[in-house]
Amino acid sequence: MYSNKFGRLMLGLCSRKPAAVSGAVRRAAGRSGFSWTAVCQQRTLWLQRSDFLEMEKRAVIRQTGSRSASQTTVDPSELKRFQSLASKWWDEQGEFAALHAMNDLRVPFIRDNLLNVHRARHPGKPLAGLRILDVGCGGGLLTEPLGRLGANVLGIDPVENSISTAQLHSSYDPDLRDQVSYQVCTLEDLSGEEEGGTEGQGAAQFDAVVASEVVEHLADLETFAFCCSSVLKPGGSLFITTINKTSLSYALGIVVAEQILRIVPSGTHDWEKFISPEELERLLESNGFSVQSVQGMLYNPLSGGWSWTNSTAINYALHAVKLKDPAEDSSPHPEDHAAAAHS
Amino acid sequence: MMHKLTKAPLALNGLGRCFITEKHVSAVKIIRRGLVCAQHESDSGKNEVYDVIISGGGMVGSAMACSLGMDPNLTGKKILLLEAGNKKVMDKVPNAYSTRVSSISPGSATLLSGIGAWEHITQMRCKPYKKMQVWDACSDALITFDKENLQDEMAYIVENDIVVAALTKQLDSLSDNVQVKYRSKVVKYTWPMPHQAADSIPWVQVTLANGDTLQTKLLIGADGSNSMVRQELGIPTVKWNYDQSAVVAVLHLSEPTENNVAWQRFLPTGPIAMLPLSDTESSLVWSTSHRLAEELLELDEESFVDAINSAFWNNENQSELIETAGSMFRGALSAIMPSAGSPRQLPPSVAGIGPKTRVMFPLGMGHASEYIRHRVALIGDAAHRVHPLAGQGVNLGFGDVACLTQLLSQAAFNGKDLGAIQHLLEYETERQRHNLPMMAAIDLMKRLYSTNAAPVVLLRTFGLQATNMLPALKEQIMTFASK
Repeated sequence: MYSNKFGRLMLGLCSRKPAAVSGAVRRAAGRSGFSWTAVCQQRTLWLQRSDFLEMEKRAVIRQTGSRSASQTTVDPSELKRFQSLASKWWDEQGEFAALHAMNDLRVPFIRDNLLNVHRARHPGKPLAGLRILDVGCGGGLLTEPLGRLGANVLGIDPVENSISTAQLHSSYDPDLRDQVSYQVCTLEDLSGEEEGGTEGQGAAQFDAVVASEVVEHLADLETFAFCCSSVLKPGGSLFITTINKTSLSYALGIVVAEQILRIVPSGTHDWEKFISPEELERLLESNGFSVQSVQGMLYNPLSGGWSWTNSTAINYALHAVKLKDPAEDSSPHPEDHAAAAHS
Repeated sequence: MMHKLTKAPLALNGLGRCFITEKHVSAVKIIRRGLVCAQHESDSGKNEVYDVIISGGGMVGSAMACSLGMDPNLTGKKILLLEAGNKKVMDKVPNAYSTRVSSISPGSATLLSGIGAWEHITQMRCKPYKKMQVWDACSDALITFDKENLQDEMAYIVENDIVVAALTKQLDSLSDNVQVKYRSKVVKYTWPMPHQAADSIPWVQVTLANGDTLQTKLLIGADGSNSMVRQELGIPTVKWNYDQSAVVAVLHLSEPTENNVAWQRFLPTGPIAMLPLSDTESSLVWSTSHRLAEELLELDEESFVDAINSAFWNNENQSELIETAGSMFRGALSAIMPSAGSPRQLPPSVAGIGPKTRVMFPLGMGHASEYIRHRVALIGDAAHRVHPLAGQGVNLGFGDVACLTQLLSQAAFNGKDLGAIQHLLEYETERQRHNLPMMAAIDLMKRLYSTNAAPVVLLRTFGLQATNMLPALKEQIMTFASK
């Protein structure tokens, strides 16, 4: 694997042709558009929900540029890109190698933060009894480890091929069959299903929502945050990993990764869609979340591994908790940074 | 698969280089060959899938099963141990000692105590020893290893049967987590494709002689130096047969003694070792040429005993030149380090041998160039086989057990598929880094002491005497050997 990566490095430096999809994709969660009927359905739901929306929410400072004030969170062009990659998810040393490697950071991050909040422990199945939603699950790379740790996980993704791949992969393992399930839909669809009943009665009330490598591909973060809040139980956790919007992330994440080294296909990421942790924090807090911790992550292209770092300049992971009702103001547990920081 | 490589340059260059060449030359062919066996089946998911199957219930395989069964992060995982032989139960320890014994290092004792087997062993029978004297037949150079002031034990001599019986007893108590199938011989392994191909089973399949087929996410091969797992995978193995066999027997000493010293003398034909079993009995491991070994087996008891005593006490291999040189070295060294060095002691004399017959078995060296493949890991003699002269064989295997258990435990805690390649690669790297230098050193020792040519004898005499006088170096050696 080492020589493979080195070879690719050399190739990236020498070649002038735009890389085909054969290069390693650094960030690849599929979130994009969908069929027209779904759009219509979405518009109806949105109009129904407009009673709930305060004007302040719309006035919240938002990213300008490529993010439009659309009613959906998904972007049709992103969808197309990830459809073609659907069968390649489970090649641990293939194009999604970096995402496989990222599990070394994100699974402990999710596990330890959830264990801090939910103290129940079962040996061998630390997350037993918890319901988790994996938004933009792709091929199920993060869904499966969480399922193995005992959680009941629902993975959703608008790309049907990815969901088929995920379902097929998890069907072989008898331990996972009862733990993970998949659905082709978007987050708005899912949160829309619950709007029918009163909150607290919906079948899809989750202890945690995970959106890893997703928000940098979304069209509308405001709706995303709102939907996350609606599917989470009060006190539930939201885990996001994404890329910061800095000159460094432009230099390394776009110029170097996409154009020079070609480890990410050109055009995968749009720098305008990156969001800084401060922005994201502000957005989440205006939607009823309290951000517990933010931790920088660093990818080493030579070793193919990730590590925690102090700087959030490029990649970072964020843990937020949905605040309980104002009547009973939950005191968020002070974050155990040591647990979150060590990989 | 025998790879003929010239021995002399290898001994000097170390074993590492040939493995790298091996791997790159034939790796692709091997992988292709291994993958051809992948089976395609439509109805795959209904059968039970084990998380780990360990093939081989010897000392190392049983220890692996216990170790996994007792790990808290692996609670609820389905673990199976397959052993072709019968269950070895030892309700009462037999009076006679058995001929096959092992020297258990403190590191291995720690592992065994962590899995609850050491308690059973100490209740049954084991002999700690505090000192080890190693000396040359061709000169009077010697080296002694001991812990300071003879307080702590250096290592323990335990009969192999007792180790297995203790582990079996511990496995009985773990029957919730670990299943054991005795009298289960494996006839076929079917390897999975590394990538998810449609309609193919992603697990390793193990077919038993009784026709059952089992599936597992991780197969651990602990089936000894002629490992079927290793051969079926086509893993290139560097191995050669030393032209030596070991003769083992149980010795009755002439008179009872405190007997807490292990003795080893390097004869030109091979090392002879006497390992303490009790105050009146010791175990003999005499590695020598095939011809001499056969002769020894045919001797009557008295002559055999004479041969042993003479091997330990006789000085006829020393020439005058060597003697003079030896005492010169010693004089020079004691001028530099006056307080170091130790007086030579002689081992106890032997009066008779135990009732069980003497046995001989051939010796060889073997090292698998890869310890792991997709969903497979090799441990113990299946991965590496050494000369008994350093008493390290089973300890390297226990080291593999400790390392692999720790990595699997961590992987399970991170929600990983136990057969995923990433942590298996970590296991391979860590253990090869430890095992290869050890094996190279043992092989080097064996070659160094296989001759009585004067230059080599002088070299090793000086080396041994110098090492004997450097406590720091001896400490390092002991630490390395007791891991």
